[in-house]
Amino acid sequence: MTDLVIIGGGPAGMSAALAAYDRGVRDILILERDDSLGGILKQCIHNGFGLHTFHEELTGPEYAWKYEKQIHEKQIAYKLNTMVLDITPDKVITATNETEGIFTIQAKAIILAMGCRERPRGALHIPGTRPSGIYSAGTAQRFVNLEGYMPGKDVVILGSGDIGLIMARRMTLEGAKVHAVCELMPYSGGLARNIEQCLNDFDIPLKLSHTVVEIHGKKRLEGVTIAEVDPKGEPIETTKEYIPCDTLLLSVGLIPENELTKQAGIQIDPVTGGARVNQDRQTSVPGIFACGNVLHVHDLVDFVSKEAEIAGIAAAAYLNGVPETKTEISIKTDGKIRYTVPEVITEKKDITVYFRVSGVYRNATVCVTSGKNVLLTKKKQKVSPGEMESVIIKKEMLEQIDELMFQLEVQS
Amino acid sequence: MYDVAVIGAGVVGAMTARELAKYHLRICILERENDVSMGASRANSGIVHAGFDAKPGSLKAKLNVQGAAMMEQVARELGVSYKNNGSLVIGYGDEDKQTLHELLKRGQANGVPKLTLLEGEELRRREPNLSSEVTCALYAPTAGIICPYTLTLAAVGNAMDNGAELKTNFEVHKIISHDGYYEIVSGTETVLAKVVINAAGAYADTVAAMAGEPFFTVKPRRGEYILLDKECGNTVSHTIFKTPTKMGKGILVSPTVDGNLLLGPTSVDMEDKENTQTTKDGLKKVLAEAENMVSGINVRQSIRSFCGLRAVGSTGDFIITSKRRGLIHAGGIESPGLSASPAIAAYIVGLLKEQGYELTVNPQFNPNRPAMHRFKEASRTEKNRMIRENPSYGKIVCRCESVTEGEILEAIRMNPKPGDLDGVKRRTRAQMGRCQGGFCTPYIMKLLAKELQLPYEQIAKSGGESWLLSGTTKEGN
Ligand SMILES: Cc1cc2nc3c(=O)[nH]c(=O)nc-3n(C[C@H](O)[C@H](O)[C@H](O)COP(=O)(O)OP(=O)(O)OC[C@H]3O[C@@H](n4cnc5c(N)ncnc54)[C@H](O)[C@@H]3O)c2cc1C
Ligand SMILES: Cc1cc2nc3c(=O)[nH]c(=O)nc-3n(C[C@H](O)[C@H](O)[C@H](O)COP(=O)(O)OP(=O)(O)OC[C@H]3O[C@@H](n4cnc5c(N)ncnc54)[C@H](O)[C@@H]3O)c2cc1C
Repeated sequence: MTDLVIIGGGPAGMSAALAAYDRGVRDILILERDDSLGGILKQCIHNGFGLHTFHEELTGPEYAWKYEKQIHEKQIAYKLNTMVLDITPDKVITATNETEGIFTIQAKAIILAMGCRERPRGALHIPGTRPSGIYSAGTAQRFVNLEGYMPGKDVVILGSGDIGLIMARRMTLEGAKVHAVCELMPYSGGLARNIEQCLNDFDIPLKLSHTVVEIHGKKRLEGVTIAEVDPKGEPIETTKEYIPCDTLLLSVGLIPENELTKQAGIQIDPVTGGARVNQDRQTSVPGIFACGNVLHVHDLVDFVSKEAEIAGIAAAAYLNGVPETKTEISIKTDGKIRYTVPEVITEKKDITVYFRVSGVYRNATVCVTSGKNVLLTKKKQKVSPGEMESVIIKKEMLEQIDELMFQLEVQS
Repeated sequence: MYDVAVIGAGVVGAMTARELAKYHLRICILERENDVSMGASRANSGIVHAGFDAKPGSLKAKLNVQGAAMMEQVARELGVSYKNNGSLVIGYGDEDKQTLHELLKRGQANGVPKLTLLEGEELRRREPNLSSEVTCALYAPTAGIICPYTLTLAAVGNAMDNGAELKTNFEVHKIISHDGYYEIVSGTETVLAKVVINAAGAYADTVAAMAGEPFFTVKPRRGEYILLDKECGNTVSHTIFKTPTKMGKGILVSPTVDGNLLLGPTSVDMEDKENTQTTKDGLKKVLAEAENMVSGINVRQSIRSFCGLRAVGSTGDFIITSKRRGLIHAGGIESPGLSASPAIAAYIVGLLKEQGYELTVNPQFNPNRPAMHRFKEASRTEKNRMIRENPSYGKIVCRCESVTEGEILEAIRMNPKPGDLDGVKRRTRAQMGRCQGGFCTPYIMKLLAKELQLPYEQIAKSGGESWLLSGTTKEGN
């Protein structure tokens, strides 16, 4: 029997472990399938991590090390090269590694911190051939940053997610020619600062409302045909343009890795692809918590660490047997606001609710209502899907309501 | 001098080579690609058809029914998963019901066992997710599903384990007939063999012409597919076909033997035998038709699209025949060629015997290929035994499909040996899951480089010019 088992030793898992430790939990075990802690940060050797948390610009590995060091100092146990294969609703974890074979652990509480994976080409149905030279941006990042190899020299990037933007700059610095970043939507899914620093500073064209409509080349990629799309997302025939290239990087979205979550019978939010959680990041199964990219995709690791702290503190409270509450206030959204985390509130206290919008809106007002009562409004000059937003819901607002509605009002 | 040279390592060449390995013969398989199963046998529906489609009396009908009956045992011997899931040809209304009746009768004439027509409640009970407009279906309990390239790989491997040789990157350009033997030329390389079996798939006509027998042609017909995540694998349990019309068979919706959901294929006549591109219209059509047949298909769960070329022969039937002693053609092997393949192999060996070749049985022939370890499917005790004997079975490389380092090493060392990433993929399923190699590609490249003693950056995706890395970064590594 182990008090707290954390699945995934990325920034979310480490931060959750440390938070639980600080609240007095000692019997903690982190299970990580890779050969070191740090998660995806190990390959993010660019700057830009930790501005919020540490008020300095760190690289991914530096940021991760700040946490890993404390894991060592506090002697929190972890197993590397250990893959969790299964979790049951009763918190029995089955895992495997080379030395112990298949083994099970009964946990009192579990924190899910498995991160996310990238959406592959197949999910996009790009017509054409199936040659080599098509990589997800994260795979290319791994080749370049961890292995020291270049995946190609003439590059087109599809999707303007942050990893794609970062890779546009990285490949350029390594001597490759990045011909264009094509984005299907009329706006970028990446952070404004990344568009500035990774594309504009290097004169890499960002082609909004553009997509790759055909892939050419039998063995190795030889080129792509791109085209502008109409407002329905359909390519416009007359705008087709052939770009010779040997590499296509895909940065077309991240998908939370929730196979284990589903096995445990935990309720999933169809919009985030992650578990449906309450303000403590507790899932529909009491004692199982989730945080980081496995819950919903974050732009900044600082937010991941913060969310993981919430989960770690809540797991400690759960282990101490804090009484269960009877409240249940669910949060609904209007579609312009795509989702919120948490999705449900079970305790009346001040709560930060994070959310993402579904398009770029200017002069918008975030409006939180309950029935006919407007509880809160917040004006925003601009909101976009690439940047996570938040509002604080005060304890007083939660009295005598059983539902919250998040809406975005836009003047047209 | 070989006794037999088999041209083409598709499922037909593979099964034939294995059948021949049961006799004392020196066999060589000649394949133009860098691996086996690179033609139609790689990209098809993987259905073991029951056998009611083909015209009674045709070779297609006969060999399909025979082959389907043999498949379960062949698969067991070769350690290949096969599932007898049954098929349903669904109809919408009375006209279709009439057609299904005719199919039923045709099937019975072909000797297909246990065909029945289902309607209403009983049909829904068997297959609850059929779209609500479906009214009737022809049920064929003997139909099954199999992974076509796994079968081909295993058959070639088993033939090799029993002494057959495989030459890849050997594209036959010329065949010169001599007295009692043939000279088979590829560039500067020559192979001599007493018997030539032409199993060159889409190029069977070209190969026949090389040997001076241009009596048939083969035309490619494209079929595009969409594969969905394993989470959708239970959408249907049977293979679902539409009632055929004058326009053709239409697409199917089927679980695959590995648990994914397969939608497709389209059917478009082509000129280019190399063009396996997917098209926007094709993929659209697949989705639209599939959604018409079965409810609850989740497009967002698709992980891959692909395309295969049917080899449509000029006679409408399989062309398995010989005009000259020692030269046998297997052309126009379109669907149900996979289903029929064990029977095609036996039929070809029969033709050789008819031509007076004396085949002596090799008592040492071992029909069994050691099944590859499958960590994912093993029981807990088995898993622990595997890991104890070899810890690399405890190290998961492909997370999506739970493929271990041990399995990948095993595949790299086993006949026929892979030389690239796609080769490992087809043998182990590593890179075939929902992330499509996003995480494990670099690891597998390392394992291949080490085992094949090649520099890391020389590992390719699929032979030839399909390189993966253009060089080192500025700092190198
Ligand atoms: C390629 C990339 C680039 C990024 N760039 C930036 C940036 O520039 N700036 C920024 O602030 N943020 C960036 N981010 C975002 C930020 O780094 C992530 O949000 C953060 O790393 C997520 O942390 P996590 O712990 O949730 O997930 P991860 O870091 O992915 O960690 C999850 C861990 O869980 C392990 N795991 C998963 N499943 C299992 C299992 N079954 N058994 C055992 N272990 C398991 C994984 O191996 C992994 O180590 C980037 C993200 C990615 C993917
Ligand atoms: C879309 C589609 C769906 C299908 N669905 C089914 C199904 O569900 N069930 C079923 O039973 N059947 C199905 N079939 C049919 C089945 O796939 C084929 O009948 C079978 O794979 C044919 O095998 P083959 O060995 O004849 O040809 P191939 O697999 O094409 O093999 C021919 C081989 O010869 C090699 N070759 C060619 N020229 C040369 C040369 N000059 N020198 C050396 N080597 C050469 C090629 O590289 C290739 O490897 C389908 C086919 C397609 C295309």
